Amino acid sequence: MSFFNFAWQWLTVSGHWSGSNGVPARFIETIEYTALAMVIAAVISLPLGVIIGHTNKGGQILISLANIWRSLPTLGLLVLAFILSGGASWAWLIPLVALALPPIMVTTYEGVLGVDAGLKDAAAGMGMTSRQVLLQVEVPVALPLILLGLRTASIQVVATASIAAYISLGGFGRYIIDGLATNNYGLVAGGAACIVVLALIVQFAYTGLARLIVPAGLRQQTRQS
Amino acid sequence: MSWAFSNLSELGHLTGQNAYLALVPVLIGLAVSLPLGVLSVRYGWLYPPMLGVISILYALPALALFVALIAYTGLTDTTVMIPLAIYSLASIFPSVVDGLRAVPDPVRQAATAMGFGTWRRLITVELPIAIPVVIAGLRIAVVSSISLVSVGGLIGIGGLGYLFIDGEQRDFSTEIVVGIVLIVLLSLVSDVILVFIRRLLTPWQRATGAAELRQFRRRSASFGHAGGM
Repeated sequence: MSFFNFAWQWLTVSGHWSGSNGVPARFIETIEYTALAMVIAAVISLPLGVIIGHTNKGGQILISLANIWRSLPTLGLLVLAFILSGGASWAWLIPLVALALPPIMVTTYEGVLGVDAGLKDAAAGMGMTSRQVLLQVEVPVALPLILLGLRTASIQVVATASIAAYISLGGFGRYIIDGLATNNYGLVAGGAACIVVLALIVQFAYTGLARLIVPAGLRQQTRQS
Repeated sequence: MSWAFSNLSELGHLTGQNAYLALVPVLIGLAVSLPLGVLSVRYGWLYPPMLGVISILYALPALALFVALIAYTGLTDTTVMIPLAIYSLASIFPSVVDGLRAVPDPVRQAATAMGFGTWRRLITVELPIAIPVVIAGLRIAVVSSISLVSVGGLIGIGGLGYLFIDGEQRDFSTEIVVGIVLIVLLSLVSDVILVFIRRLLTPWQRATGAAELRQFRRRSASFGHAGGM
């Protein structure tokens, strides 16, 4: 029997769709973990990326650091945070936030840095202050790239939230880890299918969000590049 | 530290396994990306749908893919390598296309005027010019792949990831720290080797700036730690 059969059989049992271990409850948990980690990561990395891109100072250091940072294994960070914190319930946040930082920071930096100098000059010529140029010109123009960074980070966090079940967290990862531990392949396959669907939902949600908030004048350009 | 020294041979073995599990998929990804990239540049309409499919595959969680593949390839190295090869496509394939597109038209025309056929021009002119951008993509793929292998530890095939599982079960943080440090070191060494290979293959690049590289980096900035877990 194939993976899809296993997944389908598990998903079509109505009992798997209710209660605290049901798909809807695990779905909400996964979304909660992802949202919290993303908010923290965004609060740290968006301002840093914008400032470094705006001032164009320390960009090379940022890129190199981000590359090294990416090589940090998430599973390792997770178990290390768990042990060092004495099994704290927030230990999962550290690897997830760490995972989301580089894509957001690097794309934000590259996006703001890449804004056409002519645009900035024109805005300054119209009497905008440096702050206005940053917030009303540079950030909106960089928005497609910033969203791309946020999307990549969110997808990675959604997917990675599953390994957090390894330290007794909820979410869809619970199915995979429990299924592996009890040799229940149907449970594992069902959990894997749920995560894949959620990752696709996140990807499409960002595409929709980009349609909504990216200024109309930029969309054509974005498609071409 | 003394733990690391008294387990040197096992650590060496795990590091070697980690490198093998990570790098073979990247080579496969490169071997697949080259023909696909050449096709996408020649037939431009192929590129958007191919990139779309690859970025959807890229969104699949590694743990979920490993588990899905167990049904087909069992608990073997292949189970870990197939997802990693798929993820590496997400950074290598666009880099091949961007690299080939960055070849200046006058260079192409000069090669044609010198009597080069399509294939000879591709192999002796266009691909060498694309090397720096392709290697920029390879660097991202290699670093991501090395660190993702450890997730395989959850199904028992994870190179240095074994240290994380074992360290967690024994509540022994030294072992986990050693695992993280070795993975970061392995990534750094691989990255330096790739930069060295680029210098070796593109002696003309040393003088001129890396304008097209920076362009590629901007587009690919988001591809990092592939596919999450």
